[in-house]
Amino acid sequence: MRRIGVFTCHCGLNIAGRVTSMKDLVDAAAKMPEVVTAQDYVYMCSDPGQAMLEEQIKKHGLDGVVVACCSPNLHLNTFRIAARSAGMNPYLLNVANIREQCTWVHSDPVKATQKAIKIIRSTVERVRGSIELNPLKIPVTRRALVIGAGIAGIQAALDISQGGYEVVLVERNPSIGGHMAQLSETFPTLDCSQCIMTPKMVEVARNKNIKLYNNAEVCELTGFVGNFKAKIKQKPQYVDPSKCTSCGECSAVCPVVVPNEFDMGLSSRKAIYIPFPQAVPSTYTLDEDACLGLVPLICGKCKEVCTPQAISYDLEQEIVEEEVGAVVLATGFDLYPMEELGEYGYGQFPDVIDGLYLERMLSASGPTHGEVRRPSDHTVPKEVVFIQCAGSREPDRHKPYCSKICCMYTTKHAMLYKHRVPDGQPYVFYIDIRAAGKDYEEFYQRAIEEDGVQYFRGKVGKVYEENGRLMVHGTDTLTGRKVEIAADMVVLAMAAEPSKETERLLQMLKIGSGSSGFVQEAHPKLRPVESITQGFFLAGCAQGPKDIPESVAQASGAASKVLALFAQEELFHDPEIAYVDEDLCIGCRICVGVCPYSARVFDEEAGVARVQDVLCEGCGACIVSCPSGATSQYNTTDAQVASMIKVAMGEADV
Amino acid sequence: MFEPQIMCFLCKWCTSAGADLAGTSRMEYSPSGVNLTFMCSSRVDPQHILWAFENGADGVLIGGCHPGDCHYQTGNYKTLARFVLLKNMMRQMGWEEERLRLEWISAAEGRKFVQVMNEFTDQIRSLGPLARHHSGDGNGKED
Repeated sequence: MRRIGVFTCHCGLNIAGRVTSMKDLVDAAAKMPEVVTAQDYVYMCSDPGQAMLEEQIKKHGLDGVVVACCSPNLHLNTFRIAARSAGMNPYLLNVANIREQCTWVHSDPVKATQKAIKIIRSTVERVRGSIELNPLKIPVTRRALVIGAGIAGIQAALDISQGGYEVVLVERNPSIGGHMAQLSETFPTLDCSQCIMTPKMVEVARNKNIKLYNNAEVCELTGFVGNFKAKIKQKPQYVDPSKCTSCGECSAVCPVVVPNEFDMGLSSRKAIYIPFPQAVPSTYTLDEDACLGLVPLICGKCKEVCTPQAISYDLEQEIVEEEVGAVVLATGFDLYPMEELGEYGYGQFPDVIDGLYLERMLSASGPTHGEVRRPSDHTVPKEVVFIQCAGSREPDRHKPYCSKICCMYTTKHAMLYKHRVPDGQPYVFYIDIRAAGKDYEEFYQRAIEEDGVQYFRGKVGKVYEENGRLMVHGTDTLTGRKVEIAADMVVLAMAAEPSKETERLLQMLKIGSGSSGFVQEAHPKLRPVESITQGFFLAGCAQGPKDIPESVAQASGAASKVLALFAQEELFHDPEIAYVDEDLCIGCRICVGVCPYSARVFDEEAGVARVQDVLCEGCGACIVSCPSGATSQYNTTDAQVASMIKVAMGEADV
Repeated sequence: MFEPQIMCFLCKWCTSAGADLAGTSRMEYSPSGVNLTFMCSSRVDPQHILWAFENGADGVLIGGCHPGDCHYQTGNYKTLARFVLLKNMMRQMGWEEERLRLEWISAAEGRKFVQVMNEFTDQIRSLGPLARHHSGDGNGKED
């Protein structure tokens, strides 16, 4: 006979106010088999609630507990810790989710009560069949992998390395820096982006604890928290960074000219190039797609002129393996393609551009040295229309969410434009101005008051060309007037979307994404810098659109989580995993093929399949595939499931 | 009016989390289902489904992660294969195959969980109670 206690939480009125009465739940629980005590309490998760639980476990000598309360994702751990300190094995406790999956979703108190009793009843069955388990101890590899070296990845890597641990930093582009390196000035202070960014980039290059792979991507990641193995695909650079002096002779003789993607195609570069002067690593790189040909060698001029002999054509792609204990995802965002917004004339009219394009124009080190010139005829535009929410907040056709950074960067753009072209006039069409950051509202007011930026609350219907100018038709919903502006240039504040690399990694790593495709955090409020998958942490725009201060804060948050993980002597692995009854195993090996983690192995000598405990993630796929019923799962056996189903569906008791 | 009973087998990572989100967002739906959460939909054994029907379920819902999103990489594909086979078997047993439903519902799709529960309840209600072939003792374990 087990001695089970059922503790039902009122959760204030969240449960108590939505059932017929707490007494009905307690009375029903008291009659359940092997239940020796049933109690209710206003907040089980409170200190007194937990103390009550501990006291009752000791008083009744309980060897099984059901807490009927909120989702197990919230407090299962709380109650298991309490159970352990009362001397009961924590795996003998389970949570009946009667709030999220019952009282919050059913307004009829009678039906909610009936359903809550069934949920409690089936959880009692699970506990009746549960046995004592102990977490498996696993070692920790104290090295971190940071994927993406924009400002978020850089900050996370620097913080972790300052904590004394090694960091493997992987960046797909030739230089680190990400989008922030492309920006001209930053809101709300108008700091020059490069000036505040490059010290950090240089620090990465000099830091002995950071191993940087540029021109590289993670192509495989196996293992589990504390013990990952990463395969990194290192594209050949053809230039040895240890020999390259960045003299630029190679670039000067290269006959190939292609658009420079760092400048959004506003300038050109050679096939052998350095993306921008402050690039880290400060090494020339050979773009094999643009090069006239390496195999067979067509040109070979760059090698001829390279005095330090840094160039070698016979390099091949390499796969490097690294062992790490934690992974930070900092793969950033892409701008939503302008092609998607036909009504604003992109593609038809060269003077319709996006924000990043303008950033490069405004940048002092950019292709126009900070002068604003319109793309079609390189004249200085005298009237510029900025259109906000281009692709954002349009659930029917584009992105449903607010891209968060556009209100402020458009304000900055309008302001910087006015600083560069004092006799020009910036206009902004907006839906709402969201200026909720520190000093952001003041920045927006400054744009209106000091720089004369004219704001229209409304959307633009269409943009068309007339007499060499862009006619912008919109409405000002505050005055109810139609607005028609003959503009020289139109700048679209495109929505931010998850980067292609974010999408690829989520697919590869099987990490959850939210409805908008950004990486899903473990809890939207309380666990914002980690994934629900253990060992993965989130930084920057991979998790959702955010500005630089927020990206940096989140990156430091993720880094501190990694440091906390590395500070542990060993990690614990959930013991609710698969096991084999070797007497029943017929040695068919189906389970070996089914397991996605290589946790199922066949013991040739004994002729039976086994489970490698620390590799098993407890999904249960092998149990269902086992034809002889030899495999089962600790505390989720088929016998437990059978009785849970029976009480969940049946009226009568077991 | 006939009130159907639905057994819902949900994976922890996606559909159960989606059901939690429906709760957190205070959405309302039919109380016809009782949820049983597994680590993965691939832990749902076809036997479990038959046990549910034997023991009083008029409909069974399996909820897993969207294809490509399975927390355990490919668990939901295994579920899909088993589901198709089981539907065949249900036909052979003379049960309406619509009584078994598989849905991919992510952790962000609280609204979809609500829609599925309401739709499925209406569908089962229009089918009426499941005609069981034998009374049995229904503990399922001898199956």
